[in-house]
Amino acid sequence: MLSLLLSKIEVGSHLYINFSETLHLHGETIIVSSLVVAALSIFLSIITSNLKRIPSSLQSVIEIIYELVKSIAIIQMGPSYYSQFLPFIATIFLFVLGSNLSGALIPWKLIELSSGEFAAPTNDINTTACLAILTSISYFFAGLKIKGIGYFKRYIKPAVFFLPLNIVEDFTKPLSLNFRLFGNVVADELTVTVICSLVPLIIPLPIMMLGLFASSLQALIFATLSAAYIGEVIE
Amino acid sequence: MVDALIAAASVLAAAVAVGFAGLGPGIGQGNAAGQAVEGIARQPEAEGKIRGTLLLSLAFMESLTIYGLVVALSVLFANPFTS
Repeated sequence: MLSLLLSKIEVGSHLYINFSETLHLHGETIIVSSLVVAALSIFLSIITSNLKRIPSSLQSVIEIIYELVKSIAIIQMGPSYYSQFLPFIATIFLFVLGSNLSGALIPWKLIELSSGEFAAPTNDINTTACLAILTSISYFFAGLKIKGIGYFKRYIKPAVFFLPLNIVEDFTKPLSLNFRLFGNVVADELTVTVICSLVPLIIPLPIMMLGLFASSLQALIFATLSAAYIGEVIE
Repeated sequence: MVDALIAAASVLAAAVAVGFAGLGPGIGQGNAAGQAVEGIARQPEAEGKIRGTLLLSLAFMESLTIYGLVVALSVLFANPFTS
């Protein structure tokens, strides 16, 4: 009975789906992230299908999220350009929030897998790298779309000898976004697992609450930083 | 023999990475929280704004520790030098 409560620490083991010698997918990440995407889409489309003037309780939840994301976008990008990039920021925010909370709230450990375990999709560095690269692509796109070829003037902005630093910054931005989200999610799960293996009852609960809070905060930070990077190139 | 040496060095490296990564952000977070408390004491009506900014900047500082943790984790679980 006690061994049911304890769980192994598994870092870096995955449920591989092999297509060929070199191409393989991390099964558990794909399954959980598609579940998150499906749940979010169904939830949002059901609630927004009949909007009322006097909002129901679920509609007010959606309105709070919308106001939050909109205020992030307006603060970072300014009132004249924010509306073009609001869908991107909102998508990133909702996906990161949904996947972090799915890792923290759904008891995935009850489902046994042959290798690896179900966890938050952001627990896998490939998911966070993908999100970070999307941010990178979108700020390049934003700069080129709004400023045209003058976008490249940014690289020699304070003085010409800042060129190498500005180029390196293009690589460190997605890298730091990537590591921040991945590290925070993994750190939460590791702390909970280690404390569960020491004391399985009651004591881990405050740590889990802290993890829940930190993972929501990470979604906010990821969205804020994406908006800030886009805002930086278009101002 | 070489593997044992690498394992010992990796464990030490992980401990040093997390330890030193916690040092700087700890000092920085203490400073930030202290200044925020001072600000709230001086101007209690600005508490909400100060709290939001404080949480955001604490999370940024936290991420520096997390970089150390990521290095430690990759040294422990995904070490490129062990066969």
